[in-house]
Amino acid sequence: MANIVIFGATSAIATECAKLFVQRGDHIFLIARNAERLAVLESDLQVRAGSDQRIGYAVADLNQHELHERLYTKASECLGKIDTVLVAHGSLPDQGACEQSVELTLNELNTNALSAISILTIGANLLEAQGYGALVAISSVAGDRGRQSNYVYGAAKGMLTLFMQGLRNRLAKRGVQVLTVKPGFVDTPMTQAFDKGGLLWAQPEQVAQGILTALSKGKDEVYLLWFWRWIMLIIKLIPEWLFKKLTL
Amino acid sequence: MYHSWNMNPKVGKQYAQYFSERYQELPKTNHSMIAYGNGRSYGDVCLNSGGTLILTKRLNHFIEFDPTSGLLKCESGVLLKDILDVVASRGWFLPVVPGTQFVTVGGAIANDVHGKNHHSHGSFGRHVASFELLRSDGERLVCSPASNREWFESTVGGMGLTGLITWAEIQLMPIQSTFMNTLSQRFESLNDYWKLMEQAKSKWMYNVAWIDCLAKGRELGRGVLTSAEHTVKPMRSAEHKKKNVSFPLTPPISLVNKVSLTLFNSMYFHLPRPTQVVPLHYLPYFFPLDSIYHWNRMYGKKGFFQYQCVIPPQHEKSAVEALLKTISDYGLGSFLAVLKSFSNIPTAGLMSFPREGATLALDFPNNGRKTLALFNELDQIVRQANGALYPAKDARMPIDMFAAGYPALYEFQRFIDPRFSSSFWRRVTR
Ligand SMILES: Cc1cc2nc3c(=O)[nH]c(=O)nc-3n(C[C@H](O)[C@H](O)[C@H](O)COP(=O)(O)OP(=O)(O)OC[C@H]3O[C@@H](n4cnc5c(N)ncnc54)[C@H](O)[C@@H]3O)c2cc1C
Repeated sequence: MANIVIFGATSAIATECAKLFVQRGDHIFLIARNAERLAVLESDLQVRAGSDQRIGYAVADLNQHELHERLYTKASECLGKIDTVLVAHGSLPDQGACEQSVELTLNELNTNALSAISILTIGANLLEAQGYGALVAISSVAGDRGRQSNYVYGAAKGMLTLFMQGLRNRLAKRGVQVLTVKPGFVDTPMTQAFDKGGLLWAQPEQVAQGILTALSKGKDEVYLLWFWRWIMLIIKLIPEWLFKKLTL
Repeated sequence: MYHSWNMNPKVGKQYAQYFSERYQELPKTNHSMIAYGNGRSYGDVCLNSGGTLILTKRLNHFIEFDPTSGLLKCESGVLLKDILDVVASRGWFLPVVPGTQFVTVGGAIANDVHGKNHHSHGSFGRHVASFELLRSDGERLVCSPASNREWFESTVGGMGLTGLITWAEIQLMPIQSTFMNTLSQRFESLNDYWKLMEQAKSKWMYNVAWIDCLAKGRELGRGVLTSAEHTVKPMRSAEHKKKNVSFPLTPPISLVNKVSLTLFNSMYFHLPRPTQVVPLHYLPYFFPLDSIYHWNRMYGKKGFFQYQCVIPPQHEKSAVEALLKTISDYGLGSFLAVLKSFSNIPTAGLMSFPREGATLALDFPNNGRKTLALFNELDQIVRQANGALYPAKDARMPIDMFAAGYPALYEFQRFIDPRFSSSFWRRVTR
């Protein structure tokens, strides 16, 4: 029975993770921006949970970094010691619009990278001090190589991936697991503009199951679904002189 | 790319929009819309060629559960599986479950689905205490048998046409254990089936017969009747371990040709069966097919059809016999051939399929014109017996069959939302 904090709890993947955590008996603290959606998730989890399980929540806009410290305090007040931190918030930027707006680009980098890095920094110190626990963040296969169709998102996720690599290197000696999750295409309301034909699309339930498995196996990095590891390997191997001519 | 479980009929381009928050409004579209639950229908009730599908997959939160009364409130995209996962171990069960637990609450209401216990519990809608119906003009109607009764009755079994169900309250039924007592009995002919079923109905809560659809002559209609009830004594091993359960039903992957089907059916029929009552967890009992994900793909690109009819009591014996004769002459059904009986328990819905009589359901690989010709022959028998076909299992019924089978059709039309339509609806009411 672990104590788990979820940042961005109402995202489709985090929601499915929360259900699985509750099902296995964990206590959880949920953080999300939209109060109505958070209340919907909270009552859902209450129905699933046993009477002895704690489920707390806080509404917060995670782009306001100054709140992060306090959110950890609130979570600890509810749960006691924190075993696992899951960072799952994010947005899917409109690449074309970003190209026309520096402000939008920076906002997206803030949402998808900087705010996550702020949360992880505080969480890392907390877990390092207690000498156990796990930090999990949802990055993306998009962070493995910059592509013209979504490089703002890719840059943010790439930054997050690199940051976690360093964090892992530091915390490995302190008994803290750092797990980078790299989903490929996931069929969620966030991606509804895409035509979801083909076998590459995963359901959030599958991704959540993959995260829990990777977490319990002590993994460092997980591609979800598994085949993305090989797809991205190929994409990373294409030499830049050729890659720049492709439309990806 | 959104299709129904049997991949038929094929429809044109559809636009898909998530509806994932129960407070949100319906999408603004120029064309018609229909809810798409989990696409487990065998036809086009959940499809809308050239129109919008409202995806309820993420409208999947529980809202409230009272463990003392067994009243559960949840959003309409919640799967029956999720409900059973949460409530069965706490002593509650869905009073009606279809042959798969991968259907949504919205889909179960909109088709007023039935299980193997119609003779004791009727169909799904009877156990729905209330739901909210969202209309395209933004109105939200809380419907129950007591308030907005007409809307309640037209939406139960209303095939999604009256608007979008956002949440529902279901009255669960208490159980003592997650295990079932089951008994399988072989019968050598259709005559024996009627006798056996008659006895079983008064003794057991659940009854369903598998029929060897290739058997002919004196063996016509032979099969196996499986009866069950919830175990009364709590069992210690409450958890179901997926791997060590074996259900005698093997996936019919290679069974969809004549040779293998003949072999399999006769093997399955003669399989040695314990003559006494056997305990079985509820999952392998109710949902043996669910352990094989995507079994529908085994029929290949062309997909398959299901034909399910109900025949009123006065003609059931002769009509079922005629249907089975026609099918065994055709020579290619599938492993899935199921015969059950419906009681006279009234349905909550105006357009519900269940009604007193015998109901026969069979899968057929899609062999194009040959298969459709067989269905025309079967239709003829169903027509003459004043029977009806099940919209949830239909990809091809003629217009007159729908009108004849659903006499409330005219009354029902008043409740259809002007912005809602489906491929099925346009096909059967042209
Ligand atoms: C293996 C298998 C076994 C089956 N066994 C049985 C059985 O024993 N008995 C039985 O009765 N059926 C059975 N069925 C059929 C199945 O139960 C029904 O087709 C059911 O309606 C499917 O639910 P769904 O969530 O997949 O809905 P869909 O197939 O997606 O949609 C079904 C209908 O419900 C409507 N709908 C869905 N959600 C909503 C909503 N929120 N508001 C309004 N309308 C909505 C749709 O518009 C459509 O008209 C079986 C199906 C399979 C695949």
